[in-house]
Amino acid sequence: MATEEAVAAHGTTAGPTAGEYITHHLTHFNGTGHAQASIVDFQVLNLDTLFFSLGLGLLTVLVLAFAARRATSGVPGRFQAAVEILVEMVSEQAKGIIHDARSRQFVAPLALTVFIWIFLMNAMDLLPVDLLPRIWELIYGAAGGDARHAYSRVVPTADLNATLGMSIGVLLICLWYNVKIKGFGGWVHELFTAPFGKHWALAPVNFAMQMIEFAAKTISHGMRLFGNMYAGELVFMLIALMGGAWVAGSGATGPLLWLGHILAGTAWAIFHILIIVLQAFIFMMLTLVYIGQAHESH
Amino acid sequence: MNLNLTLLAQIVVFFILAWFTMKFVWPPVVKALDERAKKVADGLAAAERGKQDLELATKRSADALRAGKEKSAEVLGQAEKRAAQIIEEAKAEARVEADRVIASAKVEIEQESLRAKEGLRDQVAALAVAGAEKILRREIDAKAHAQLLSAIQQDL
Repeated sequence: MATEEAVAAHGTTAGPTAGEYITHHLTHFNGTGHAQASIVDFQVLNLDTLFFSLGLGLLTVLVLAFAARRATSGVPGRFQAAVEILVEMVSEQAKGIIHDARSRQFVAPLALTVFIWIFLMNAMDLLPVDLLPRIWELIYGAAGGDARHAYSRVVPTADLNATLGMSIGVLLICLWYNVKIKGFGGWVHELFTAPFGKHWALAPVNFAMQMIEFAAKTISHGMRLFGNMYAGELVFMLIALMGGAWVAGSGATGPLLWLGHILAGTAWAIFHILIIVLQAFIFMMLTLVYIGQAHESH
Repeated sequence: MNLNLTLLAQIVVFFILAWFTMKFVWPPVVKALDERAKKVADGLAAAERGKQDLELATKRSADALRAGKEKSAEVLGQAEKRAAQIIEEAKAEARVEADRVIASAKVEIEQESLRAKEGLRDQVAALAVAGAEKILRREIDAKAHAQLLSAIQQDL
């Protein structure tokens, strides 16, 4: 089915090969019309990631703001109760990890936003892999563009820029609280004395360990979410390819492949419901844990 | 997995969303939650107070009921006693009255019988005189013997 759509979209006689299909789906729409050539290029902006990330972020805060505006201390409706469950859950976690009540005033709402926002971005994975890209191809084609260059990736958390962006945001908050709680001097002192102890010979080792720790935390934080979502997205594409193989004409195995698409797609989507919630929760918890560590003196 | 400007954009968006939630979402919801918790606590306390009040009122009403019962029993006893007393009084009065009526009746009967005796005597006297008259028709001169006749009459 997916390949069929892709064939129609491209409007060419020959459909894309499996490799082309995957490549097309893994290429960002960045305004340059082609995939980014170098690994790091700060001239390029992934418009698709930004669009869905911003859109879902706005959706998150607006829905939350709507709930907050109508929040009463009386008998809550179902919607309010649902938001309250989330708020209570995040609030409890924050209380358990961060013992500074003033920090919690910022960190707890941050964790709530992060949780719901990442959940929504992850949930984009559950939409049919070709639905939004196909619509975008139609719009792009109608606007006079070449539909072959109408790239779009709808899962912002399957873009390393998004996840690493958020984890770097968390890193910045950690640095801020390190300075705020321990004072700049105290923090610098800690950088050279922890974790091995205060000795002039150990200072470089301590500093190196601290730098490695910050880097490892931040990169693993972003990479974990990215890896999970990227892999999930890729599996959805492969499942779509399997169903599409029927149309590509593979004889009697076609219907079986199509059936396999349905079975595997269902199974993977159901399993993925767990993944998207779990990854959002893990990201939120690690955010709290890292910020909590920034509050602790060694 | 290429890095580009999206990274910085995402950092900025991240902070804006976090700030927005901190400013406009978290405080009202937490406030509502705290207020509800307080309301529930107050409600539970009020319920506890109400239960105690109820217990007290139940005890008080039981006491009042018992007192009322005692009072009513007492009143009933008094009333019965009073009724018996009234009946006794009435009986005594009736007895006195009856005696009085009987006495006056006796007097009347006495008088009546006296009067009847008087009448009877007169009649017997008259009858005797008449009989004597008949026997002595000729001999007796009413005028001459009037004194004698009336004396007889007196004796009878």
